[in-house]
Amino acid sequence: MTGVLIETQGLGRDYQLGETTVRALRDVDLKIARGEFVAVMGPSGSGKSTFMNLIGCLDRPTAGRYFLEGADISQLGRDALANIRNEKVGFVFQTFSLLPRTSALDNVAMPVLYGGKSGREGRKKALETLEAVGLSDRASHHPAQLSGGQQQRVAIARALVNDPVLILADEPTGALDTRTGLEIMALFQELNRQGITVVVVTHDPDIARHAKRIVGFRDGRVLSDEAVANRADARTELAALADAAAREAAQ
Amino acid sequence: MNFSATLAVALRALRVNALRSGLTMLGIIIGVAAVITMVAVGAGAQDRVDAQIQSLGSNLIIVFNGAGHSRRARLGAGTALSLTEADTRAIANEVPGIEVAAPTVRRTTQLVVGNLNWSASIQGTTPDYLVARDWDIDSGRNMSEQDVRSTAKVVLLGQTVVDNLFLNADPLGASIRIKKVPFTVIGVLAKKGQNSFGQDQDDIAIIPISTAKKRVIGTTARSRPGSVSSIIIKVRDADDMFAAEDGINALLRQRHNIRPGQPDDFGVRNLSELMATRAESNRVLSILLAAVASVSLLVGGIGIMNIMFVSVTERTREIGLRMAVGARPRDILWQFLVEAVTLSLIGGLIGIALGLFGAGAIARLAEWPMLVQPSSLVIAFVFAGAVGIFFGYYPARKAARLNPIDALRYE
Repeated sequence: MTGVLIETQGLGRDYQLGETTVRALRDVDLKIARGEFVAVMGPSGSGKSTFMNLIGCLDRPTAGRYFLEGADISQLGRDALANIRNEKVGFVFQTFSLLPRTSALDNVAMPVLYGGKSGREGRKKALETLEAVGLSDRASHHPAQLSGGQQQRVAIARALVNDPVLILADEPTGALDTRTGLEIMALFQELNRQGITVVVVTHDPDIARHAKRIVGFRDGRVLSDEAVANRADARTELAALADAAAREAAQ
Repeated sequence: MNFSATLAVALRALRVNALRSGLTMLGIIIGVAAVITMVAVGAGAQDRVDAQIQSLGSNLIIVFNGAGHSRRARLGAGTALSLTEADTRAIANEVPGIEVAAPTVRRTTQLVVGNLNWSASIQGTTPDYLVARDWDIDSGRNMSEQDVRSTAKVVLLGQTVVDNLFLNADPLGASIRIKKVPFTVIGVLAKKGQNSFGQDQDDIAIIPISTAKKRVIGTTARSRPGSVSSIIIKVRDADDMFAAEDGINALLRQRHNIRPGQPDDFGVRNLSELMATRAESNRVLSILLAAVASVSLLVGGIGIMNIMFVSVTERTREIGLRMAVGARPRDILWQFLVEAVTLSLIGGLIGIALGLFGAGAIARLAEWPMLVQPSSLVIAFVFAGAVGIFFGYYPARKAARLNPIDALRYE
């Protein structure tokens, strides 16, 4: 399972705001191979969110082309895009975006149901995936009964439940403290080791260091694109944090 | 997403806002309950009219005397003494489609049994009268032709007369005095109840017409041999009613030597027609009430539409999220449509229960006749569902057309 997963050719997206045209993204030529871990960085208004919406099939480009797994999907209809999101893409959002008053299990099962599978199959698959993120004992809890880190893990389980080829995370640690954020990054690194392509949108350089490659956006264009030299390993950092906490407690 | 999962999502959404869902349903509940109750009232009234038509006798035509005159003063309907027993026989024999024709003379007078007395309508007629009126005999027998020929002093009593004169005793074979003449009770008539004008049809004593003229009516002009006050006619087939009416008219004009252009000296009433008119006005009333009730359903539907719009706006982020994980526009459309229809159908069921309860309560408290037709329940339920689809579609379409990015960002 190697090769190019994502390829964009002259990708552009204009928004019409009344009389003026906002060129949110222009001439983006980018390739992302299978198994990569890419951090997309840039200040707000740089086009990184627009880029993520386009490669996540939430939006259609106004210029250029977008190939996912070699297939041109720039001009597909709403239903076809929905099916691609359902089967190939898993989203993780900054605010978790879990359905309130709905159990973790039902939240995670939702994409399976939209894939046309039965409720029983959905619950079975959801339980397996919750187990994979270490939350099988919280399956019946509602989001309000879970901590922020646990909620984000439920959201990641939901992103994983249909075995996607691509995980798209938009500021996944933005609403979490440093330690919990590191736990989430450790989870992403683990998933990446298992072969899933991960794209994280962030403005935090400390988070971006966990990726293998950082793509910088500014004013709708790609500004920089380089491999990470000193890649951080979230598990090591967590261990260091624990050691420091233990020493503090000992003193 | 399959249907059961969609339904589960809809039910959860309705449960989360239980109070709001309940209030939204209220319009449908009231509308359906009103429709059920009104249709039950209408059908009950219709049923009562049908029963009255039945009690009068079906396919009945009554011929009565026209206006007579004394010198040049006209005296009003029924005063002419134009109809005769011979007319009766002629109608029965010559007009096609007639089953029986019975002559009648009437007088209200006092009946005495022992130390009890009671005033009732005395009907002098022939055995055919009971046939014409579809009137059964509870016990005993009908009078015979022989009784009429021999001016027998025999009487058939209605239930009301029996109740008032015999209390608990068996009237059959008993002696009863009418105008001081002793009569033998040979039969008791089945109960017929009130007629459509509220008269008690069971307050009656039936005797042979010959005896009535000789012993009861007295020495008035009515006792003139051969004359009758009315003729009760039963037509064999309901379709022949108008033809029979025309035939009777023609025959009597000929027999009474009335020249073309001159007024009839008799009148003909087709009673089924009269009752049909009443039934029709009842039906119009119930349609009117049902129309008022459907306005309530309409208002209920608008309430559903309103609350569905609120729900779509409130849950915009949820819609965006569902789209992000792969919900197609049609999945979202379905979800909100199922929610609206579930609201209206639950409202419909509660409304049906309430309507049945209301119909029962009115039937008991107001002693108003009620008839709940199963078809009206089905129609009300289907109608409620249709209201849900009609008023739920537009909000659901609005939800389905949301742009996933805008919906996800919606605050």
